[in-house]
Amino acid sequence: MSRPVVAVAGNPNSGKTTLFNRLTGANAKVGNYAGVTVERREGLARLADGQQIVLLDIPGTYSLSARTAEEQIAITAIAGLNPYSEPDAVVLVVDSTQLARNLYLVLQVLELRLRTVVALNMHDIVRKSGMRIDVEALERELGVPVVPVSATRGEGIDQLTAALAQRLRAPIVSEAPVVALDGAALEADIDALEPAIPHGWGRGDTARRRALAGWALLSIDAADELWDVPDELRSRTLARQGLARDQGRDLDLDLVAGRYRWIDAHMPAFVSHVPTTLRRLTDAVDKVLIHPVVGFALFLLVMSLVFESLFTWSAPLIDAVNVGIGALGDGLTAALPAGLMRDFLIDGVVAGVGAVVVFLPQILLLFMFISLMEDSGYMARAAFLMDRVMKAIGLTGRAFVPMLSGYACAIPAIMATRTMERRRDRLLTMMVIPIMTCSARLPVYTLIIGALFPARGEPGGTVAGFLSLQALLMVAMYLFSTVMALGAAAVLGRVLFKGGAAPLLLELPPYRLPHPRSVLRMMWERSRLFVTEAGTVILACSVVLWVLLSFPREAPPLPAAADAGAVATAPVEGQEAAARLHHSWGGRLGHLIEPAIAPLGFDWKIGIGIIGAFAAREVFVSTLGVVYGVGDEADEASAPLRSKLHEERWPDGRRVYTPLVGLSLMVFFALAAQCMSTLAVVRRETRSWRWPIFLFSYMTALAWICSFLTYQGGRLLGYA
Amino acid sequence: MISTLSALPVGQRALLRAVGGERAYRRRLLELGFVPGTELRLVRRVGVGDVLEVELRHSRISLRISEASAIEVEVPA
Repeated sequence: MSRPVVAVAGNPNSGKTTLFNRLTGANAKVGNYAGVTVERREGLARLADGQQIVLLDIPGTYSLSARTAEEQIAITAIAGLNPYSEPDAVVLVVDSTQLARNLYLVLQVLELRLRTVVALNMHDIVRKSGMRIDVEALERELGVPVVPVSATRGEGIDQLTAALAQRLRAPIVSEAPVVALDGAALEADIDALEPAIPHGWGRGDTARRRALAGWALLSIDAADELWDVPDELRSRTLARQGLARDQGRDLDLDLVAGRYRWIDAHMPAFVSHVPTTLRRLTDAVDKVLIHPVVGFALFLLVMSLVFESLFTWSAPLIDAVNVGIGALGDGLTAALPAGLMRDFLIDGVVAGVGAVVVFLPQILLLFMFISLMEDSGYMARAAFLMDRVMKAIGLTGRAFVPMLSGYACAIPAIMATRTMERRRDRLLTMMVIPIMTCSARLPVYTLIIGALFPARGEPGGTVAGFLSLQALLMVAMYLFSTVMALGAAAVLGRVLFKGGAAPLLLELPPYRLPHPRSVLRMMWERSRLFVTEAGTVILACSVVLWVLLSFPREAPPLPAAADAGAVATAPVEGQEAAARLHHSWGGRLGHLIEPAIAPLGFDWKIGIGIIGAFAAREVFVSTLGVVYGVGDEADEASAPLRSKLHEERWPDGRRVYTPLVGLSLMVFFALAAQCMSTLAVVRRETRSWRWPIFLFSYMTALAWICSFLTYQGGRLLGYA
Repeated sequence: MISTLSALPVGQRALLRAVGGERAYRRRLLELGFVPGTELRLVRRVGVGDVLEVELRHSRISLRISEASAIEVEVPA
């Protein structure tokens, strides 16, 4: 027998996810809804009678009306419209402290005639406050079982599963309370649309068809993004809406007001002794936390803590991962005979797995903070505080935390855009995060600045007598990336993602203590998602890049005659590797792209480095190490590599690496989309190749143009 | 006295008269309970974000001051 499917729905902040976690224990699968990047979680639960059910976590929603594809998920999944099958029952999670507003969604769901159980969540808070809710009156008027629960304390869960088990056995669907429609004109609109409701939606139930006709009137318009709405229904809806407008009727208000009239008429019977003090503690805390000055300062403090942790706390963990990967490589080197297979396993597979795993420390840390901020209620305040700044560039306050995280690493930052509701905002944020100076650019900047610009104590090493030139350059690169990212958001937001900043409708939920289990759960789910989905693409790209840089295999004779003097001091092994790299497909690509990068001041050897860096930016340093025969182990502080850069000459004897070339190279690295892991994550999060391809193209084009302007502009000004 | 929500002093109670704005936003407001005749109270303004917080039917919603200017209210005399 197949397991019954039960949808768990409710308003945002109603404790729906906590209840879902409570019911499913540890076994939930996270994925996406078909076709859209809206998170879909499902898990198994056992009811009081021993029966196993599949629970489906529906995204939090205030109503079933929809305009965007994301909002449509709620109605399609709850009502069982294409492509979902109808759930066998619905658990509606209601925030008892805000019963009236939550009842709006309850009425909408009941109108769809589904087997429903209402979970009156946060009943512990209600009880403590002295407020009374008449559960029997609610059951009588709604016609469905109503069970008081506290998801955080685990109270009432058994009663809920018992009610659900009983409900699943009952053959009859709920009798929706009769909500009077506003007048004969609206009745006529519904009558006109009802026949156009597809049979698969209405299932031969007149009341359900009428409810869906009301949904169409409230949801469809000329600019909606709804999918799978039959043309007949769409054209009839638009015609009725036009008619209503001509008659001077306010259709949206009429459709909504009837339900609120029912709610306002019944609330006195449902609730009594409502205290005015329910939010006393939250209000007191908010006086501080969203204070224009104090709140802002505290917010900056919290953000620096998050930022600091992504940089410094993650460092030992990242080092540990690298040591582990290194040990694995060494183990394989010892265990396997030299040859193609060993090279493939070590330089292709192990390096690729390493490239995936190395992101985990930052992903875990960032999602720990995000989960703490979300669960405590602070995230909504952060969005509140940053709203004005972010609105100026066409985004919402919610984009701030992901964008800031981009300074550490774009991978967790892009995954963090999930906290934004609108697809437009999410995409726009994703498209600019990779411009922020992530930690992988630091080794590149360190190498270039260290090799080509004078240090403090050397001639020209200080500016204005006391500022270190090298430090100033580093700060300038951060500023440059910030300005470019904000500028890109403002431009893309106007050109590509029309619609401007969304109107703000935020709920500031009461502060709550985060639950350690739900924090751990979020960290676990996010990292598993990253490893399984983005990981496979990253691994595949590593292997491709390995092939490019190591084939053809046969090392040509060493170009001894030409370079003998220069490479005499380098280890022979490094020399061989360098020669092989020169003649690899990647090396040939370096030659091939030389005409394209020459206007930026780069030669073909830098070209190889740039090609290598498309795997990951820091690879630039080790690739250059191989190119110049200093060996694989080159790092940004390595003296031989720095002096090699100094000595490198064009065929006509000019220096290749002048300070101007260094600047141009840094500008290129600041802007180019050189990180396949970022592209893989964007592909994963958007479910399409379109966005990663766009991201790659626009960033690389921008990098080329800015680098060109830097180099050619510098030459015009007389710098070499 | 008729006023807009954005012009209410903090702590002031008022009756909602009409909601304006772009359709999707207005519809969301209506569905959150901003229907004419509803009593609401301005809880606070926050300077930095240009945001205000409103209480109605015992729930709280925050909106931008610029967008709240499309909401018309009546302050009982």
